[in-house]
Amino acid sequence: MKTENNFFKKLFAKNYRSRTISFLIIIVGYIVVEALMMSGNLSSMFQSLLVPVTCYIVAAIGLNLNVGVSGELNLGQAGFMCIGAFSGVCVSGALAPFISNGIVRLLMAIVVGAVLAALFGMIIGIPVLKLQGDYLAIVTLAFGEIVKSLINNMYIGFDSEGFQFSFVDNNLHLGPGGKALINGPMGATGTERISTFTIGVLLILAALFIVYNLMYSRSGRAIMACRDNRIAAESVGIHVANTKMLAFVVSASLAGAAGALYGLNYSTLVPSKFGFNLSILILVYVVLGGLGNMTGTIISTIVLVLLPELLRGLADYRMIIYAVILIITMILTNNEKFRGWMAKLKDSLSFKKQPKEVEAHE
Amino acid sequence: MSENKTPVLEVIDLGIDFGGLTAVNDFNMKVFNEEIVGLIGPNGAGKTTVFNMLTKVYQPTRGSIKFLGQDTSKMTVVDMNKAGIARTFQNIRLFSNLSVIDNVKIGMHNSISYNNVDAIFRLKKFHDEENRIQNEAMELLKIFELDDKAEIIAGNLPYGAQRRLEIARAMATNPKLLLLDEPAAGMNPQETQELMTMIRFVRDHFKIAVLLIEHDMKLVMGICERITVLNYGMMLAEGTPEEIQANPHVIKAYLGE
Ligand SMILES: Nc1ncnc2c1ncn2[C@@H]1O[C@H](COP(=O)(O)OP(=O)(O)OP(=O)(O)O)[C@@H](O)[C@H]1O
Ligand SMILES: [Mg+2]
Repeated sequence: MKTENNFFKKLFAKNYRSRTISFLIIIVGYIVVEALMMSGNLSSMFQSLLVPVTCYIVAAIGLNLNVGVSGELNLGQAGFMCIGAFSGVCVSGALAPFISNGIVRLLMAIVVGAVLAALFGMIIGIPVLKLQGDYLAIVTLAFGEIVKSLINNMYIGFDSEGFQFSFVDNNLHLGPGGKALINGPMGATGTERISTFTIGVLLILAALFIVYNLMYSRSGRAIMACRDNRIAAESVGIHVANTKMLAFVVSASLAGAAGALYGLNYSTLVPSKFGFNLSILILVYVVLGGLGNMTGTIISTIVLVLLPELLRGLADYRMIIYAVILIITMILTNNEKFRGWMAKLKDSLSFKKQPKEVEAHE
Repeated sequence: MSENKTPVLEVIDLGIDFGGLTAVNDFNMKVFNEEIVGLIGPNGAGKTTVFNMLTKVYQPTRGSIKFLGQDTSKMTVVDMNKAGIARTFQNIRLFSNLSVIDNVKIGMHNSISYNNVDAIFRLKKFHDEENRIQNEAMELLKIFELDDKAEIIAGNLPYGAQRRLEIARAMATNPKLLLLDEPAAGMNPQETQELMTMIRFVRDHFKIAVLLIEHDMKLVMGICERITVLNYGMMLAEGTPEEIQANPHVIKAYLGE
């Protein structure tokens, strides 16, 4: 009884509170959604949003590590999702004849997507993170566009001899039983939709687990040190480029994993889905939720995905209202007075219990 | 004096140019173990520039720096700290959004032996090491009278406490030579007095050498065993506090013609 009490106290202690709240939001959200679905109370429109929302949350959690915790601007998160999505589609398509279990193929696709995106992250990061300034923003911006147009011109098939690549229209020369997986601008067609909401939620939990445990460790402290004061971080023996690289690569690999889940949620997927707009959208989730604040990222992603759908009744005005709400929130969250007021509210909400407890003891 | 021992730091004919400007030239100095040495001089003399060369923030144009008998010409800022030189900054550079204790723990970065896998899965090694550095960090904070402020955000500390925290963070890297750039700047006389006691204690307790830049002559004359005077990037004098105080060149440089 007493240890149980201590356990719960620890979960809500100052260092753990934000972690516990993010996990709770995801788990409670999952239970509510599942209950709504089972009782038939979730419209098909909302059902179609479930997997994409989990993908956006995972990509945004990763991006927050890169932008919020590490303090480097990344404008190419969609590029890493794109790599994850199309490599995931290829993995799943190629393995379909051998592994019938969709969940196993999905998990393999997620792992491959994450690893490939991490590799690309490393290739970009090695030269760029040695430089000081906003070079990462410029390079990731270009990277996103390059990946998109590369896949737009790429044809990938799979036959008995393995993967076949081509940059010329329908020039794959696939052997008997071969299958085209990516058809240039047509993207991936005829993909088996194996993504599930449950796997999406588990992926979020895994992302939170990795990011939080990294943040509150030696590497996490080093990442924040490099953000706060690069020169001081070097003076205590921290290798700044390597440290920033860790945050960038973890961010990229989470985007890759999210991309694989996203890609396997649609029977057709075109590369143009992963344009600059998507990168900015995910950045907006991160900035609005608060830099370095994972709970905020989760809430802002859910709200901002649902908002346009909830405003659908207003027809032509919905995007205007969406934009106005975005602008007002941005202004408010940057307003000193409003932030002070929110902090006070937060304090009065979360510290209410403690003085009472002390009184009870005395 | 410990002349026949090998010095911790040996600087030979050090010089640096910024474009056409020669900021420091022909600078020579030795620092022996467990010594407190002062580096003084008028504003713009090149004192901070010497520190920046010793820590490789600036690559020297001429001359050499030997640390613990080893040549350092190919070493970076990170290498210099790993080798055992730690410093504070004239314009305080704390991790000002992080807590006081996290600032010190960041100083212990290279002494922590767990890796990212241990951290992500919270393995035993992670908990053991985190407990160890928690205790060690609190010990250091106690020395600098910051232990009651461990959880405060560093940027919110009063000025004097920020200067002390910078020294604590530097000491967390387990150095053999501590460089202090104007540690008493902005402190009141009482704080300065306490700081002198702390610097002496740290030297005795951790058995390290200290090289400090300071304009507060009471502090310099009070704790330094030897003093080097810099003027216009050149060495003007070198000696004990008594010798420096009596040196006519030094008096002229400080008081003007
Ligand atoms: N990065 C740089 N580029 C150009 N000139 C520099 C640079 N750093 C220092 N200097 C010049 O070198 C000279 C010495 O500066 P330094 O900061 O070392 O003086 P200081 O002795 O520390 O003075 P103070 O007591 O005011 O701190 C100054 O003339 C300064 O302008
Ligand atoms: Mg100076």
